[in-house]
Amino acid sequence: MAQLLFFGRLGDLAGGTERALGLSEPHTIADLIGILGACDDLLGSALAEPRVRYAINGAIVDADALVEDEDELAFLPPVSGG
Amino acid sequence: MRQDIRITDQAFDPELELAGFRASLSEAGALVSFTGLVRPAGKDGDVSILSLQHYPGMTERGIADAVVKAAERWPLEAALVIHRVGDMTPHDPIVLVATASAHRRAAFEAADFLMDFLKSRALFWKSETGAEGRQWIEPRDEDYADAARWDDS
Repeated sequence: MAQLLFFGRLGDLAGGTERALGLSEPHTIADLIGILGACDDLLGSALAEPRVRYAINGAIVDADALVEDEDELAFLPPVSGG
Repeated sequence: MRQDIRITDQAFDPELELAGFRASLSEAGALVSFTGLVRPAGKDGDVSILSLQHYPGMTERGIADAVVKAAERWPLEAALVIHRVGDMTPHDPIVLVATASAHRRAAFEAADFLMDFLKSRALFWKSETGAEGRQWIEPRDEDYADAARWDDS
């Protein structure tokens, strides 16, 4: 199972900060956003916003990066600390 | 350079931490520190809870990279970063940054640089809960501009 992590307001939209997704073959992040968006328009469009960054297993990647079944994919909206 | 980076969901005492940091120094002639506190007045009225989320592992690595950059740029003896996550209430300390160097300018600038990084580039997500419910907070334009000051020089 791939682990999906939704940070910040994306967690509210996804109904939780984590979700497991079984992938029978690798998918690009853009594809996965399409799959998630097919069930939930609001979540799909929020994940595809240009200011949202993606990380696979802790490394920042582009939307065309491939996610495999054991990967951790994090959706990172604009950050704010301090 | 020695570095101490901690992300904690427990309240911390900035004065106690700073005393420990000072006691650890052997060469420095300058120590600068910044403490960030939860403001009681938020974006939309009074704040009852400020909550911070992070991405364990990745957030720490990002801060460690920023501390390395600071050490490349300024001659630091030591740097301390403590950042809260979880739920906080007004007046609680959120962040403590301390830097120590031979002379004051390096310590001032390195602390400023690290705070600018923490405000708008480190992997934290902040929400405020008040009378109107919970709202996610993004950095102000000034915070982005502050961080960009260090980019090209």
